Amino acid sequence: MKQNKTKKKAGFDRKTVLRVLQNLKGYRIPLAFSLFFATVSVAMTLYIPILTGDAIDLMIGQGRVDADGVGKILILIGICTALCALSQWLMTVLNNRITYGFVRKLRRDAFARLQRIPLSYLDSHAVGDTVSRMMSDVDQFTDGLLLGFAQFFTGILTILGTLVIMLFLNPWIALVVIVTTPLSLFVAALIAKSTHSMFLLQAKTRAEQTALIDEYIANHKLVAAFGHEDEGQAEFDEVNARLEKCSLRAIFYSSTTNPSTRFVNNLVYAGVALVGAFLCLGGTGSFTVGGLSKFLTYANQYTKPFNEISTVIAELQNALACASRLFELMDAPVLPPDAPDATVLEEANGTVSLEDVAFSYTPERPLIEGLSLTVKEGQRIAIVGPTGCGKTTLINLLMRFYDVNGGSISVSGTDIRKITRSSLRKNWGMVLQDTWLMADTVRANICFGKPDATDEEMIAAAKAAHAHSFIKRLPNGYDTVLGEGGSPLSQGQKQLLCIARVMLTLPPMLILDEATSSIDTRMELKIQRAFAEMMQGRTSFIVAHRLSTIESADVILVMRDGKIIEQGDHTSLLAQNGFYAQLYSAQFAG
Amino acid sequence: MGKEAYGSSMKKLLVYLKPYRTQAILSPLFKFLEAIFDLLVPIVVKQIIDVGIANGDKPYILSMCGILIGFAVVGLTCSLVAQYFAARAAVGFSASLRRDLFSHIQKLSYAQTDRIGTSTLITRMTSDVNQLQSAVNFTLRLFLRSPIIVLGALVMAFCVHPRSAWIFVVIIPLLSVVVFAIMLRSIPLYRRVQGNLDTVTSITRENLTGVRVIRAFRKEEDEIARFESASDAHFRIQNFVGSISALMNPLTLILVNVGLIVILASGAKFVQIGDMTQGDVVAMTNYMAQILVELVKFATTIFTVNKALACASRVQAVLETPAGMPVSDLQSAQSDDGSAENGAVTFRHATLHYSEGTDPALSEIDVSIPKGATVGVIGSTGSGKTSLVNLIPRFYDVTSGAVLVNGTDVREYDINELREHISIVPQKPVLFRGTVRSNLLWGNPNATDEELLHALELAQAKDFVLAREGGLDSEITQNGGNLSGGQRQRLTIARALVKDADILILDDSSSALDYATDAALRASLRTLPHSPTVFLVSQRTSSIQHADLILVLEDGALVGIGSHNSLLENCDVYREIYQSQFQGGERR
Repeated sequence: MKQNKTKKKAGFDRKTVLRVLQNLKGYRIPLAFSLFFATVSVAMTLYIPILTGDAIDLMIGQGRVDADGVGKILILIGICTALCALSQWLMTVLNNRITYGFVRKLRRDAFARLQRIPLSYLDSHAVGDTVSRMMSDVDQFTDGLLLGFAQFFTGILTILGTLVIMLFLNPWIALVVIVTTPLSLFVAALIAKSTHSMFLLQAKTRAEQTALIDEYIANHKLVAAFGHEDEGQAEFDEVNARLEKCSLRAIFYSSTTNPSTRFVNNLVYAGVALVGAFLCLGGTGSFTVGGLSKFLTYANQYTKPFNEISTVIAELQNALACASRLFELMDAPVLPPDAPDATVLEEANGTVSLEDVAFSYTPERPLIEGLSLTVKEGQRIAIVGPTGCGKTTLINLLMRFYDVNGGSISVSGTDIRKITRSSLRKNWGMVLQDTWLMADTVRANICFGKPDATDEEMIAAAKAAHAHSFIKRLPNGYDTVLGEGGSPLSQGQKQLLCIARVMLTLPPMLILDEATSSIDTRMELKIQRAFAEMMQGRTSFIVAHRLSTIESADVILVMRDGKIIEQGDHTSLLAQNGFYAQLYSAQFAG
Repeated sequence: MGKEAYGSSMKKLLVYLKPYRTQAILSPLFKFLEAIFDLLVPIVVKQIIDVGIANGDKPYILSMCGILIGFAVVGLTCSLVAQYFAARAAVGFSASLRRDLFSHIQKLSYAQTDRIGTSTLITRMTSDVNQLQSAVNFTLRLFLRSPIIVLGALVMAFCVHPRSAWIFVVIIPLLSVVVFAIMLRSIPLYRRVQGNLDTVTSITRENLTGVRVIRAFRKEEDEIARFESASDAHFRIQNFVGSISALMNPLTLILVNVGLIVILASGAKFVQIGDMTQGDVVAMTNYMAQILVELVKFATTIFTVNKALACASRVQAVLETPAGMPVSDLQSAQSDDGSAENGAVTFRHATLHYSEGTDPALSEIDVSIPKGATVGVIGSTGSGKTSLVNLIPRFYDVTSGAVLVNGTDVREYDINELREHISIVPQKPVLFRGTVRSNLLWGNPNATDEELLHALELAQAKDFVLAREGGLDSEITQNGGNLSGGQRQRLTIARALVKDADILILDDSSSALDYATDAALRASLRTLPHSPTVFLVSQRTSSIQHADLILVLEDGALVGIGSHNSLLENCDVYREIYQSQFQGGERR
């Protein structure tokens, strides 16, 4: 995680920009069209004031109106308007397509990537962080990049076009505009710069407050139990007051941008009116009232793109920062593909052997070393040990969520690295302590591993897992849609569904991670019977808490501090009078 | 929820603007002034053309330009003042709204927070309130300004040349129709866009949390397909809405330019007959242009306000949830027999339904617990163990019957006084950001270091706390993320022990502890000097078998009361539980 932070800073490098451009390659043609339409619409927008001015020049005063000329110009205005409107619409639609399409492509790529990223990456990155990279970073990136770019492009075109036209119309007035414009830019930049730190402070304070809210509201019951409401409120009020103060500053100072630049704009307007009017009086006829009207319109719209461009630049910077966060996710190393000579394990015979296995999550902290174990077909292996001794590590290795650092694990006599991951996992049935269910129907959840299961098969599995009776009582039975996280089921019911999910596929080997720990004891008795049946003839690894499971295991692995310190069956381990014996007697110390 | 409902909840929230009434009135007022000056500019320009240029009056032109600069200065001042007041009002509004929300949520009862859900409450307090804040800010600044400019332009056009001003009367309603039609069509669609995006997000989150199961079941490809179909749906609706919104600019442009053409055409006619000057025509075209700019601004404001209305109704819903426990209206629950007076806790026919029409979570619980006793509560998941102990500190109220603490109905206590008597270790070991010390002090703000260390020792937590850098002052990150589950659990126990309460409730609080630690903990609980009444909720018979009294629950009913040995003899449920854990029960 630390690494991420340092990397995040380096978000603006050329590499990111190049990478972005590369990603956009497929959109070359629509992008070209979009730019073309943008150009047309800017050109027309700039041309209409010229036509208007020309028309005004044809109506100098009473009896001096060139009606035919005006008529022709009006037709021209009509055509330009139509062209402008059409190209504006096409441009927007095209930009939408490009943007949304790009978003979809990026998310799809990222999601596909997620499926192939090793668990070591996912385990070390917070879920929320990865989700925000895929969702809000992608949105901000494309918004900033594409919509920002479109705005940037039209802005620049408008500015250049206006400049050229003004110089062409009258260099003197153009000079007035050109000289005063930097003032507007300067003001805007100054405000942006001084508000940046205020926004940072606001964001920081807001985050602080959110964390506090999160804590107090998520744990509301506890706060009530300890009567800690007043302290919480005091803490909240303090942050809230600070937030109010810095929000006010951030919001007010940033909101001065518009009035300030409008002010400069108005000054330019007055300047143009003055110089323009004097030039009209010059009497050479080179400058007319129509010309003045054109200039006033331009002066009015000339500075607007400058404001837009300054916000766009900030957005682009943000977009690049988001892009680099996204790319970091996309660059996470993927799992090495299955070995070219990997075999497909059809039906495991149930033998598992570990030979001199070494493993650690980080090189500095060696975890498992020199672990050897031979499991015969249908044997039960109980893994026991105190809290946090790393029992789940073994599951990670057996399922090949992680690869061993040394030694080898073989299933059916074949090194699991020489078996396709898919066929290896097909032979394992896994029930984890952490009950994960989809936000979908109960049916979809049970049939997760076998989508084409018949109703009979599904119900049989649910019955075997003792889940049928409570499912029937759900509002829509098997078609009840569960919420995210499996709500409204109780922890125990969720576990039963997880068991039913495995019951349906019933692979030849099982991994049960404290599977029954949060199911109530009476239900557990029934489930243990069902499990016993299921385990019959199936090689099973059980992270065990219950004595009955432990005692009936063929091999007990006693783990401590990530290492397997004792290994044997119940009787022999007790006879050793070591750590296991200690654990065992502690359990009954009362 | 209908539009009216949205509107009415916003109205109710406007109470929070009241303290900022002055600012909320002054801000639009100054915006109004600014708008007036904006509207006068084209008139001045017209004067420059028609009087200054026509007469060759240089001093006049100079003075008119001076006026323009004056307008600019006044406009800037007005605008800055308006922005400040708007920001002040909006920020003040949101701060006091947040404050009230926070304190209100703190007062909600368990039943209510359960119903609303904590994550919703958090979003409502953060992003919803932020949206409301910017809506207030925008509204104060723009809601008045835009219509004034539009109507003002209309009025000014009539002043300049009434007979050609009719086009404004035609164009303005047409523009409004276009703008509002597009908004009305696209706003509900944007809600669907958001809904689709939520689906995409939830699939992503689900895949990250369930990655092991997905890989174990080899569902990677199916998940990619599921994600793609959700993301395609999102893409389609986004494009659809986008195409509709994309009509806004071109259509308004066409309308305004049609207005321009009409103005120029009629201008040509009227100038020819001497009824209109060149300056008049320029002024009219300027007003037409102003209308376009303002309408677009107005449309964005409406967008923000509309989004905020939905937020307002969500926030208002929280505020309208009645706070706290209902005030008691019962008189008769006073103790009427001796048993209750001697008891620390007495349940009298206590029945609890979490919501109407559901099976009772507890039914007819009738038992009295003597002071200083250690009570084990056992039963299967969903049998009502936690519900039972939750009644004691009045986290929930009984539906019928009564719960008495020290002989008095819990509903007659001041809630804070009641909870003074009770110390709880929750099922989920929750710690707060801060230090070990700051967390322990929750139990008793005045506890000395010695007391804290003693509590840690009792909770079997002293060793690991002292081994941490900083000891008592070592840092605890949010949710105690830098501690293991077992460490967190022991700290929550220590926290409860720091509070010297008469009643100590441990709600399945040793599940993350290994047997040795659990046993040591139970041994130390028995040595507590003030000998509180202890409730031990557990699923393991080993944890409770030495309790003075064991309550056996099944499906919300009390099916056994007694000691371990008597229950083994008389209570089938208890025996079954025991045997499931001890295989035959002979092992002791």
